[in-house]
Amino acid sequence: MAYTEEELKKELETKEYEYGFYTDIESDTFPKGLNEGIVRAISKKKNEPEWMTEWRLEAFRVWEKLEEPEWANVHYEKPDFQAISYYSAPKSADPNKSLDEVDPDLLEMYRKLGISVDEQKRLQNVAVDIVVDSVSVATTFKKTLAEKGIIFMPISEAIQEYPELVKKYMGTVVPTTDNFYAALNSAVFTDGSFCYIPKGVRCPMELSTYFRINEGGTGQFERTLVIADESSYVSYLEGCTAPSRDENQLHAAVVELIALDNAEIKYSTVQNWYPGNSEGKGGVYNFVTKRGLCEKNAKISWTQVETGSAVTWKYPSCILKGDNSVGEFYSIAVTNNFQQADTGTKMIHLGKNTKSTIISKGISAGQSQNSYRGLVQVNSRAENARNFSQCDSLLMGNLCGAHTFPYIEAKNKSAQIEHEATTSKIGEDQIFYCNQRGIDTEKAIALIVNGFSKEVLNKLPMEFAVEAQKLLEISLEGSVG
Amino acid sequence: MLEIKDLHASIEDKKILNGINLVVNAGEVHAIMGPNGSGKSTLASVIAGKEEFEIKKGSLALDGEDLEELDPEERAHKGIFLSFQYPVEIPGVSVTNFMKTAINASRKARGLEDMPANQMLKLIREKSEMLEIDRKFLSRSLNEGFSGGEKKRNEIFQMAMLEPKLAILDETDSGLDIDALRIVANGVNKLRGKDNAIIVITHYQRLLEYIVPDFVHVLHDGKIVKSGNKELALELEEKGYDWIKQETVV
Repeated sequence: MAYTEEELKKELETKEYEYGFYTDIESDTFPKGLNEGIVRAISKKKNEPEWMTEWRLEAFRVWEKLEEPEWANVHYEKPDFQAISYYSAPKSADPNKSLDEVDPDLLEMYRKLGISVDEQKRLQNVAVDIVVDSVSVATTFKKTLAEKGIIFMPISEAIQEYPELVKKYMGTVVPTTDNFYAALNSAVFTDGSFCYIPKGVRCPMELSTYFRINEGGTGQFERTLVIADESSYVSYLEGCTAPSRDENQLHAAVVELIALDNAEIKYSTVQNWYPGNSEGKGGVYNFVTKRGLCEKNAKISWTQVETGSAVTWKYPSCILKGDNSVGEFYSIAVTNNFQQADTGTKMIHLGKNTKSTIISKGISAGQSQNSYRGLVQVNSRAENARNFSQCDSLLMGNLCGAHTFPYIEAKNKSAQIEHEATTSKIGEDQIFYCNQRGIDTEKAIALIVNGFSKEVLNKLPMEFAVEAQKLLEISLEGSVG
Repeated sequence: MLEIKDLHASIEDKKILNGINLVVNAGEVHAIMGPNGSGKSTLASVIAGKEEFEIKKGSLALDGEDLEELDPEERAHKGIFLSFQYPVEIPGVSVTNFMKTAINASRKARGLEDMPANQMLKLIREKSEMLEIDRKFLSRSLNEGFSGGEKKRNEIFQMAMLEPKLAILDETDSGLDIDALRIVANGVNKLRGKDNAIIVITHYQRLLEYIVPDFVHVLHDGKIVKSGNKELALELEEKGYDWIKQETVV
């Protein structure tokens, strides 16, 4: 029998999470709860210098005074921040170990994720900094990068080895006072990546980090800092998957990008955290602050493929401070079952002749809610600022929702701002057309969804575009029997 | 090849087909004519396996195999092709990519490997030249922003690529100017062979001047009320469908 929309929906609802396994590794976990003592303990565990401890404590005091934001179009039970453990490190982790000595369980986990380090090594073009829970366990390609003067290491190491760089830039784009989750992250972040590209250097490979939440009941607070010095270029990719857990897990990351004069940063994300089961139970809360600063003639591109998490609250943004700087945001957000996503971007035009492009593709299925929220702000001194925004929504079935919340603030008359939006539905006619040409329903949906997302998929680095395409198919289809 | 016996079909309890009998053999071209609402497109959809139509009675078989339990894609794998009256748009999917996916899906169903890229390219070049299709056209999104004529030509291009056993052309002539009609008809004629069959659904005699049928059937109220050779089409053109309606009443 051919698929009706009804059957299709059922199929989508019963799709199990592909990466829903749990690796049993002995963990070194802090007691639950958050106070100054815990913040100090994290800092001590990391052997941090005094200034870092103070920075964290200041953030903690800010956080205590802040309220959780409620303006997003998402509804969920708020996490109990005193019921979370703020530090969890796999006991076998040791950054100085060679790969052969790494816990075979960990290697097995990478294998299941399809990111075996051995394989990654052979990929040649990809340097990987893998983060399992909170501690980096393997960093490859460090040497090749070092020859060019590129620094790519866990941020905890960078704090030890390059304190002046970290001190100079951390918190300059996303200050500790920015928002509730950014303040929380600043107080308790345990690891993440640090990247510095020296003047005039073009990073010869894609830099990549895989994040993964493993320990039940732990939050993950990654901190990423990427600095592209004058006239340099770097392309960075983060990919995420998490094992299936019953309780909601909190993820509150902060990513700061700094593109100095004439520099360019491409930052791509593939996010596939556990979205909860088909009844909407469990899943990751993904409350992330990502922001980049562009100096003169600099360019920052955010590309994201978001298929996971129960609740997403995420707005990768660009501050176009320098004249002639360029900001781009390309996004595909997929929600299924009871997932909720409120995601978009902020383009803040401060400099003259600044340009921004926003392409957002939302795909909703099941009973999910998918919102685009974007701000285009043109400052009074930003002569000749230009923006183009396009927000497209694709709906599957009758129970899901797509929402668009565009905010435009133009304080300079010379600004040119364009906004286009479309909403469409995968029609039975489209599926029948494909069926008639011999393409089954599962493939037909993949084809239609990939076609819809093509403009964004094309922006991903080649190596990852194929993976992202697969991820879209996995998230929406399941195995049609 | 195709055998339809006493076929009754309805949509949402509305009867549309009321006992169709039709036998199409390999090498034959059949034309099905009839006024609006007589059930022509429904017949095409039922053969292709569109779900919303329910078969109430009767049977349809391809090469002796009952089609009723087969999914539309399985029917396609067996060689049934429908050139749609209103082809749908699939944004972001190029004609080439769509064809590649379709051909490889059918090959997979037959236990074959994907068609090698160079062979695919050769096939595309050959068939697009036959139908005088500009190569640029093939990288455009499927049917998106196509003119009526381009859509129909694209349908016949797909037919040429898939080389079906049984092709059903549903009002392929509508929306075509005379030049495009000639190109499309020439393409279809080149695809005629002793091993395949074509059913042409049309309102007008015009298309049949180019694609000359072996048999003409007239459909009225979900039934074939008259069958004949190509002369019947001319007679219809001259006398109009009222002639048939009156005759059936009598």
